[in-house]
Amino acid sequence: MIAIVKYNTGNNLSLSNALTRLGYDNIITDNGEEIINASKVILPAGGEAAPAMKHLRERELDKLIPPLRQPVLGICLGFQLMCRYTEEAKINGLEIFNCSVRMFPKYDRLPHMGWNDFISVWGDIFRGISRKDDVYYAHSHYAGICSNTTAICDYILPFSAAMKKDNFYGVQFLPEKSAATGETILRNFLEL
Amino acid sequence: MLKKRIIPCLDIRDGRTVKGVRFVDIRDAGDPLELAVRHASGGADELVLLNISPAGENRKTFAKCVERVAENINIPFTAGGGIDSIGDAELLLKAGADRISVNSSAVRNPGLINELADRFGSRCIVVAIDTNRIGDDWIVFTGGGRVSSGLKTVEWAVEAARRGAGEILLTSMMNDGTRSGYSIDITADVSRNVDIPVIASGGAGKKEHFKSVFLNTDCSAALAASIFHYGEIKIRKLKEYLYREHIPVRL
Repeated sequence: MIAIVKYNTGNNLSLSNALTRLGYDNIITDNGEEIINASKVILPAGGEAAPAMKHLRERELDKLIPPLRQPVLGICLGFQLMCRYTEEAKINGLEIFNCSVRMFPKYDRLPHMGWNDFISVWGDIFRGISRKDDVYYAHSHYAGICSNTTAICDYILPFSAAMKKDNFYGVQFLPEKSAATGETILRNFLEL
Repeated sequence: MLKKRIIPCLDIRDGRTVKGVRFVDIRDAGDPLELAVRHASGGADELVLLNISPAGENRKTFAKCVERVAENINIPFTAGGGIDSIGDAELLLKAGADRISVNSSAVRNPGLINELADRFGSRCIVVAIDTNRIGDDWIVFTGGGRVSSGLKTVEWAVEAARRGAGEILLTSMMNDGTRSGYSIDITADVSRNVDIPVIASGGAGKKEHFKSVFLNTDCSAALAASIFHYGEIKIRKLKEYLYREHIPVRL
């Protein structure tokens, strides 16, 4: 069973639909026991950082998630919540990745919306993916490049398209909306 | 590099895809789910689903349609038409739409854009603008293109962006359905004046029209309907052509 963590801010249906299409049973939950017992845990996209983080704290998931041993994937907002600090919302995240989240400088249109490729990409969940493959983004905040970075995208500036630390993975793009490329990445994670 | 997007639009009435010429003379273009799946696997970068049933009618039927599309495609899509409130937007987002678009209701009540952006985030909010040239001015029309609002198009686009729109979907009514090409001047003018992405719409008839709107304006995406639904232009072939013409697209 795959647990999709509920923050009560966005719609988690897109991800759930994608997992179902790939043949994986999944549950949208903020129940600690269900999350601990899941084979994989995903922090999905959707909503704003401050209310999502508040919900995680209220459910004490901020203490439960960082020590998890099964593979955990953060997507878009979920990835940003796994970082150290979000400057705009002035909140601490789960502090899994040693990197802060910032608003893009306004040198181009925001949000960064649409399909973009990689400057570089490596690591296990990107097996079968090349630099030229496009994935779908919809965001105005970014995490810079740090020792955890495993994929780099360029929009206004180079930023982390993905990170990995131990059993924790984060992607800034939306694999569930990234056609066949996104399905390959999701499947790689689900097969870990 | 960020790619230019190609977006098929499905106008939906009573559970069927339909298409009009210059906003009237509606004809049937098939089952929305079947079309959505065909476009998604055929290389579309995202979809727009518009409920064009008379205001307020068939909200539930449309939401059901959105839900079925969300279950079956792996690219993003926007749902719109007849959204008057936070509740209407929430119904479609909960059904699985990635973004919602507002048009007439935002002109009537511009504060709705702020409310939607605060609640769901700017990246989920598209403001659709139907525009027509009256004398020397491009004027915003509402009610499916029937009613002049008196607003100037660029000014309204700038205000929508300031209030929290994440994207502008700009339809030139005088070009819509004519297959004579996009309206370059208003698309360029709006794109120059806002710092959010702009989708050009209305008038695509051949692949050169897409090249022209991408080369001559700073729009981020181009939308079309009937030429894709009836298969006259294959999206993958169109994108291969644009790639050869040095327009960045996802192949």
